[in-house]
Amino acid sequence: MKYRIQEEAREGTMLINMGPSHPAMHGTTRVMLELDGEKIVNCELEMGYLHRGFEKICENKTYFNMLIYTDRMNYVSPLINNTGYVMTLEKMLGIDVPERAQYIRVILNEFSRVCDHLTALAAMCMECGAFTVFLYMMKAREYIWDLMEQTTGARMTTSFIRIGGVRSDFPADWKETTRIAVEETRKVLKDCHGLMSKNKIFLNRTRDVAIVTQEMAINYGWTGPCLRSTGVNYDVRKAFPYLVYDQVDFEIPLGKRGDNFDRYMVRMQEMEQSLRIVEQCMTKIPEPSSPLQSRPDGVEPADAIKASRMKRPDGAIKLSPNLEGTEKEKYPGILAGKKNIVPPKEDTYTNIEGLISHFKFFMRGHGIRPPKGEVYFAVEGGSGELGFYIISDGTDKPYRLHLRAPCLHIVAALEELVLGNYVADVIPTFGSMNMIGGELDR
Amino acid sequence: MAISKEKILEDLKQKFSSEILDITAQFGDDIILIKKEALLDIANFLMEDPYSFTMLLDLTCVDYLGEQQRFEMVYQFFSLSHKLRLRFKARLQENDCRIASLTSIFKNANWLEREAYDMFGVHFTGHPYLRRLFMYDGFEGHPLRKDYPLRKQQPKIQLRK
Repeated sequence: MKYRIQEEAREGTMLINMGPSHPAMHGTTRVMLELDGEKIVNCELEMGYLHRGFEKICENKTYFNMLIYTDRMNYVSPLINNTGYVMTLEKMLGIDVPERAQYIRVILNEFSRVCDHLTALAAMCMECGAFTVFLYMMKAREYIWDLMEQTTGARMTTSFIRIGGVRSDFPADWKETTRIAVEETRKVLKDCHGLMSKNKIFLNRTRDVAIVTQEMAINYGWTGPCLRSTGVNYDVRKAFPYLVYDQVDFEIPLGKRGDNFDRYMVRMQEMEQSLRIVEQCMTKIPEPSSPLQSRPDGVEPADAIKASRMKRPDGAIKLSPNLEGTEKEKYPGILAGKKNIVPPKEDTYTNIEGLISHFKFFMRGHGIRPPKGEVYFAVEGGSGELGFYIISDGTDKPYRLHLRAPCLHIVAALEELVLGNYVADVIPTFGSMNMIGGELDR
Repeated sequence: MAISKEKILEDLKQKFSSEILDITAQFGDDIILIKKEALLDIANFLMEDPYSFTMLLDLTCVDYLGEQQRFEMVYQFFSLSHKLRLRFKARLQENDCRIASLTSIFKNANWLEREAYDMFGVHFTGHPYLRRLFMYDGFEGHPLRKDYPLRKQQPKIQLRK
């Protein structure tokens, strides 16, 4: 079957391929252009190069198994994906999350948003020739990932947000790490503002290029920073407040013209707002229900397991043999309910009730079983409204799961946006859209 | 102009009394089951003031294998001024799985319908360019249908010249 662009090709024009292996296509998209001189007269996108059959896999996995797949959707901000998926299930199961866990989620979500914007802008600026900005922004991201790594144990594939709360609490010195991350990110943002926001080369390539009107953005289903760059005030965090977003004070930065530069600027300002949210959450977060140090007076885990063969062990275990990272006494503050969470490993290894509840959780046909019905829930992702649509048939596997990927709607507009522009304009336009292959192709 | 959700649903019921089959709510979301012929009219009706459901948030399909009306199209409409989401569903027969395309109203329907066509084989009448979105030419079958095996191997395709 011929491509549309081939069928519509005019006399005397040139068809040119950009991607899928092109550094500015972020690896996974193929843009076909029809050129008249250097002007684009027609454009077609082809994607699917990163299609992994996410929705098909989900129909064959249990609800708990699927959590790790959500990391791999938007791999720049996996924690927001975790939150979206988990909160959809919580809406079905009717679980109330402890307040401290909600604050932990918000802090990590906002840091993920900063990471997402930093990566998007870093790539966009680099593609416009500003390599320094790229390195600066990557530096800021490292400081943020320090906290992520200390807390979640991973840099990208976190699977940290769990049904009912979060997997573990912050480490003991998290406030210091967070303070440094916020401070360093602010410094980088200031530097990058200085380098880019009034930079003539950058302005020439982004100002008044690929202008999107409000009507067009809404008609294409745009959400997130790209929609707000046109001046439409819609943010899921404000319109449908979830977690503790209604208790913190933040603004929604809006653009005016809807061009590439506005999309850059809205992201820059949004990062500042995200840092503000983090700072407020740091002061508002409730204290943990129990101190977070290990137990020097307890028994060794191996001894505890050995002793449990004779009788039920009493007393604390020194170093918890907990592969999950959660510990029994930390539960009240960060995880809700007993039924829908992974049972603590101390119990699994040392008493029979714990072993039974472990198997009851992981066995096929048991575990998390939401009631029959369908649900849609959305959170504000890095590039827009990230929605999960789940149909449950009452078993431990979803009947159907659909992800509303914000970038699909945004990238769909590229075909129309670049018409009449030059080849070089494709690069900043595509960069400002923040295409994430994992989310687009699923 | 502010208008409540109840009023919108009531207006819909009045205007499309024979086309709307059922209105339910699950987990706080409103679900409206419609006849597939009425889709375009309802979408056009909701676009206008004072309802202004100007955004197509999502479009997808569900396969209920074994039921007589096998496929179910799911449309999420969103009103920016009311901050309200509404979900419309329409059932399709297996031997006649075609429904009107929304491309004339919403531009993002173009890609979303291509995805639904790719994954489920639903045809959209009036779609300007119904081509697979994620899969390649020569892919056999529709992967998200329930009767498509999880680990099915596809035949090798010829190298393009």
